[in-house]
Amino acid sequence: MRYLPHTDVDVQQMLDTIGVSCVDELFSWVPEECRLKRPLDLPAAKSEAELLAFLGGLAKQNTAISACDSFLGGGAYNHFIPAVIDQLVSRSEFYTAYTPYQPEISQGTLQAIFEFQTLICQLTGMDVANASMYDGASACAEAVLLTVRAGKKRHKVLLSQALPPQYRQTVATYCRYLDVELINIPQLDGVTDQTELKTLLDDQVAAVVVGYPNYFGQIEDLANIGELTHAVGARLVAAVTEPLALALFKSPGDLGADVVVGEGQSFGIPLSYGGPGIGFFAVRKKDMRVLPGRLVGETVDQDGKRGFVLTLATREQHIRREKATSNICSNQGMCILMVSIYLALHGKQGLRKLAEVNYAKAAYARDKIRQLDGFSVAFAGASFNEFVVTCPEPVVTLKQRLEQQGILAGVDLAQDYADLENGLLICVTEQNSREQIDRLVIALAGGEV
Amino acid sequence: MITTEGRGLILDEKLLFEQSQVGRVGYSIAALDVPDVTPDRSLVREEIADFPELSEVDVVRHYTRLSTWNYGVDTGFYPLGSCTMKYNPKVNEVAARLSGFADIHPLAPESFNQGALELMYNLQRDLGEISGFPAITLQPAAGAHGEFAGMLMIRTWHESKGQKRNKVIIPDTAHGTNPASAALCGYEVITVASDGILSKEAVAAVMDDDVAALMVTNPNTLGLFEADIREICDLVHERGGLVYSDGANLNALMGISRPGDIGIDVMHFNLHKTFSTPHGGGGPGSGPVGVVEKLQPFLPVPFVVKGDDGYKLEYDCPESIGRLKSFYGHFAILVRAYSYILSMGGEGLNRATELAVLNANYIRARLEGAYDLPNQQRSLHDVVFSEDGLPNDCHTLDVAKRLIDYGYHPPTIYFPLVVHGALMIEPTETESKQTIDEFCDAMLAIAEEAKNSPELLKQAPVRAKVKRLDEATAARKPKLRWNG
Repeated sequence: MRYLPHTDVDVQQMLDTIGVSCVDELFSWVPEECRLKRPLDLPAAKSEAELLAFLGGLAKQNTAISACDSFLGGGAYNHFIPAVIDQLVSRSEFYTAYTPYQPEISQGTLQAIFEFQTLICQLTGMDVANASMYDGASACAEAVLLTVRAGKKRHKVLLSQALPPQYRQTVATYCRYLDVELINIPQLDGVTDQTELKTLLDDQVAAVVVGYPNYFGQIEDLANIGELTHAVGARLVAAVTEPLALALFKSPGDLGADVVVGEGQSFGIPLSYGGPGIGFFAVRKKDMRVLPGRLVGETVDQDGKRGFVLTLATREQHIRREKATSNICSNQGMCILMVSIYLALHGKQGLRKLAEVNYAKAAYARDKIRQLDGFSVAFAGASFNEFVVTCPEPVVTLKQRLEQQGILAGVDLAQDYADLENGLLICVTEQNSREQIDRLVIALAGGEV
Repeated sequence: MITTEGRGLILDEKLLFEQSQVGRVGYSIAALDVPDVTPDRSLVREEIADFPELSEVDVVRHYTRLSTWNYGVDTGFYPLGSCTMKYNPKVNEVAARLSGFADIHPLAPESFNQGALELMYNLQRDLGEISGFPAITLQPAAGAHGEFAGMLMIRTWHESKGQKRNKVIIPDTAHGTNPASAALCGYEVITVASDGILSKEAVAAVMDDDVAALMVTNPNTLGLFEADIREICDLVHERGGLVYSDGANLNALMGISRPGDIGIDVMHFNLHKTFSTPHGGGGPGSGPVGVVEKLQPFLPVPFVVKGDDGYKLEYDCPESIGRLKSFYGHFAILVRAYSYILSMGGEGLNRATELAVLNANYIRARLEGAYDLPNQQRSLHDVVFSEDGLPNDCHTLDVAKRLIDYGYHPPTIYFPLVVHGALMIEPTETESKQTIDEFCDAMLAIAEEAKNSPELLKQAPVRAKVKRLDEATAARKPKLRWNG
């Protein structure tokens, strides 16, 4: 086997040195009643050529997004990925290393994480960001845990109904056996209902969690929600599924958020059927020591030369065990690189420009669909690259009709929102040409494209 | 003025932000083909202050240079104990990047992604065969995430039977994630001392009707197979508890012993350890969980099932613990792990286990005597030495740093906590006898240096990008971002 370098001579010499007669003797400590008495029932080993033919066959049974007109978003976004990213993350000095426990031989990873932390702070308008979480949904759950931890005896957390359903479900799973009461804030016209919010807020509330943009692509009034939240001494958590919006709209930090979490997949990470993505997690300085996850800090070596290390580890599971701020051990290292390279390439101008393109394309599609008989745009306020339309027929049948023409029209909201019957969440990015959008509009209207 | 300071082949490299030049760009965006409209100005932010402005060449050189300061498995021997730093096959990287895997949307109709679902279904089946569990979830994003999922299932199972149990027993050799995951499920952690291996008596002494589960790692972090595991499982089951196994060390067991056959109720896999997916500088990992039949109704949603008209994602599980993250797991990592299993076959996986154990025992035989070996039982995939007996006030940290000068990634140090100054060495099966001999020669040379020239250990490393770093100041005065 090409990954196993041992020759028969090697094995014999090693056994002689150890002082046993055969490899099986090394397992003598495994009791007989624990031994598997038969070979594993798995397919025979494939050669590299056979393997690629087989996996290529499975891959061909899937429809790549690039092979159809896709208007799917809903937490996973189709953005262009510059060639540089895969070329650089394929350097195996990066991807075959592990968590930088030995800083002297991990400065590449450590400096990259320090830069990532800085980029996330700049984008979100926050003071401190960690070295990432699994994804946006789990980061959102960890944010809830942080606010309860930091909020002393407060045990209520208010979750906007306009948060992505998967985020709300993940938060519920994380809080299942903890002393946290999760309360729904209804949505009104596609955003968090502030009148309802006011009635729910009291001195037992640790946090208010809203999407920015929210699940419907709408821009929440974070400043006002923040004021209401802070008036009772609670923390405002902004959850961002489409962080490209932050290059165009005011940053959550500017608008008063205490914690900003989100999903970074938009920034150079392939869709890959929904994973891996990357969760980002940023806070104000006051919450630095209750953060979950890894943190990289700047320091100097014995010669006074700048270097980077993992730091504030006394928060973490390998030191604090059951008293740790989180059980998380890994970070999304490879995805940190993808995001950082993406942001570095686009930079100050490019990211803004790309966000403007996304905004304009979505606005174009929205206006065209608004003019169709029977269709209406569901919500009035500002949105980014996603928006909700109300269709004249159930979305299930409409979607099927468009799928036959190679168009993925969007996400059906009916399962998650009973009050948004016939609601379709449409996402338009820079990947969708005007021709694609026009074809979508024709197909929605019942035409053949 | 230009000098040679900081140049040569170990280049200094400024931060992205320090290289930024106003007006420089590294992107290309097609001309806008729709009317240019912008949102209400009151909603729009100022430009992102201090965000970098770089050319494509700047960015490429930057990350290429950073990469050269890293040590990976492709650089050399990386015997980081408990992390199973085996070779990451390149064909797996190619497979994960096939457009039919990389460019597919999680919310597209299932009929669009039958190949992906079939792959996940097959991987569930193969992991089940390797571990002996009838049901597998692929959703957890990493080992610790899998522990959390598993402990949640245990708690939910108990509650479904109307039992409110509050405690979990964990041996003192466990990874820190075990108690942290149990605490996240609201459990109180009872730590039990083990003398190398866990005894039935030690478990019996703390096992009562308030204990929901025992969490063990098998083989444990000392590399020892928990020889009494069957009896311990029986004991816990008799008192109404369940047994969780941390599968971090599954690389020692493939084709040898299946946790699902010997009384374990739940186990997580670390695909980035046993199944060769890259560690990625910290992740992403992947932590599928296997369970016995009675826990199947509690699996996270969704999981993949095979129906009459193809594969589909199953959500209809009223007793499920719910969802742990968005979508269906780290799919791109699942592709790599499946690719590895197909390349190895059952026989190959078993051979990998045998050679991993052979390598560890060979290191043990070569270094025993030069380094203190606190546990005399036959260990499997790793070997743990202590710092006892190191002369001239030399410690584990000094040995580790000196190994860097010899060109190796150090072992895991100061873990497990039960060994004084632990040096935990896990070679894996992908290292040749020659590589291991050279490593052992370096370890023996360092033991001699400790006697005769301890300053070489104390000042190490001297052949890395930086010397020892001031970690105390980093924690006392944290600087966690660039600020101009």
